[in-house]
Amino acid sequence: MIDPVISHPLGDFIREIIPIPEISFLINALISIIAICAVAIGTAPILIYMERKICAHIQCRLGPMRLGFHGTLQTIADVMKLLFKEVYAPKGADKFLFYLAPMISLTAPFLALTMIPFDHNLQVANLSVGIPFIIAVNGFGILGILIGGWASNNKYSLLGSLRSGAQMISYEISFALVLLFVVMVSGSANLMDITQSQSGTILDWWIFKIPVLGFIAFIMFFISSTAELNRAPFDIAEAEQELTGGYHTEYNGTAFAMFYLAEYINLVTTSSLATTCFLGGFYPPLIGIESIDTLLLKVPGFIWFAGKVFFMISAYMVVRWTFVRPRVDQLMDFEWKFLLPANLLLLALGATYIAIIG
Amino acid sequence: MKQKVSPISTAEYIKRYAKRCITGPISLLKGLSVTVRYFFSPHKIVTEQYPENKKTLKMHSRYRGCLELIEDENGENLCTACGICEKACPNASINILSTKNIAGKKVLGKYLYHLGSCTQCGLCVEACPFGAIRMNQEFELSNESVDSFEMTLNKKEGRG
Repeated sequence: MIDPVISHPLGDFIREIIPIPEISFLINALISIIAICAVAIGTAPILIYMERKICAHIQCRLGPMRLGFHGTLQTIADVMKLLFKEVYAPKGADKFLFYLAPMISLTAPFLALTMIPFDHNLQVANLSVGIPFIIAVNGFGILGILIGGWASNNKYSLLGSLRSGAQMISYEISFALVLLFVVMVSGSANLMDITQSQSGTILDWWIFKIPVLGFIAFIMFFISSTAELNRAPFDIAEAEQELTGGYHTEYNGTAFAMFYLAEYINLVTTSSLATTCFLGGFYPPLIGIESIDTLLLKVPGFIWFAGKVFFMISAYMVVRWTFVRPRVDQLMDFEWKFLLPANLLLLALGATYIAIIG
Repeated sequence: MKQKVSPISTAEYIKRYAKRCITGPISLLKGLSVTVRYFFSPHKIVTEQYPENKKTLKMHSRYRGCLELIEDENGENLCTACGICEKACPNASINILSTKNIAGKKVLGKYLYHLGSCTQCGLCVEACPFGAIRMNQEFELSNESVDSFEMTLNKKEGRG
């Protein structure tokens, strides 16, 4: 029995006008897919433009300026270029796996995006196992990178993908443990419930609600998710200066565009996850003063959500263009000797906090 | 002979570890403050929008473009035709052709400058004992004919 989990008013409306449950479910699913694709594919060019501008201004440059007003059309032109390029696999590559890898890579962020509550009623799937689902789905990204590196018959690709496999699997543990901390303190693995547990003033967000631990957990989430995203300073997988691009050395055209797209949708997904788990999701930052709060509450929730996601993305980008890449052994040292013990300690302290204060 | 590194005690190790736990984030924050400061100060951008701002573009004073003789308002130069710049030039881009003036003194006849072979190293400017030459800020030096790269820099004969 298919259980239509699309629970927002639009889904109810379609269920009302179409009495046959199978067809209404199909229509609902189609609407959800289109919405998710629109959000994901629509934001990716904006993010690419944003990244180019932010990196340029940090390095005292201007970035794209020629195409359109301040280079706004540049990414669209780049996307068109990538789409019209010929796609070919190198000699000796495993064709099937070679073309499968970018698709697997692209699946993961889309699946994770279905779990994110954008507003009170804007959530595709309200699963009770939202956080475990996202952790599980994140593994797809690693699989795509590993397969892509292996199938392209290139030593740099293989090296990059193996390195990134080791890195991402290691940091996955910290990532999961920090999310576990949030699940522990909020008492639910459902992302909607986690968001609703942060309603109230700005001090009720999980980053501030637990005095110091919340902020430490947020920093740890930031570090481990940067490693999960394969972004600098943890871009061991690409490491352009050492590995000429790592796992996507041999990719071009549409296949490369899919890897690129996956990277940026992953950025959106992880930022949304950070927003949901730590920054109060779609709730406005109320400060407890009546007159200001009524004004803040008038702004719709998804705008607050988008604003917080935008803030997180800018933070990721500034960090990317500031810090240098650690060596592979330093990276593993940091995870296994510092981040993982610190995470376990954080979990224990969080449990103590709940036991004592409640 | 290789020096042996003495192993540190556990207490020392923990001390160093704790110290790094504090200094590490501080240094990271320092780096972040620099980039964020640059991000929010657009006047520090050095990129020039070249063909668009052709009229207002000013090259830096230390830019080495084309070689020129320093002349006063009457077109008189300070060159004495000593030939030190000619000797300083590593690829023979300068030829000094001297003449004799009415008083029989050796003066500058023609200051020949071959832009085509010049690498803008600026050694001639450094070598000149009279400060008679300089590199100007001209950078649009490309031309259609090779002949235009053979220049005579002085308009007037040297005064000696």
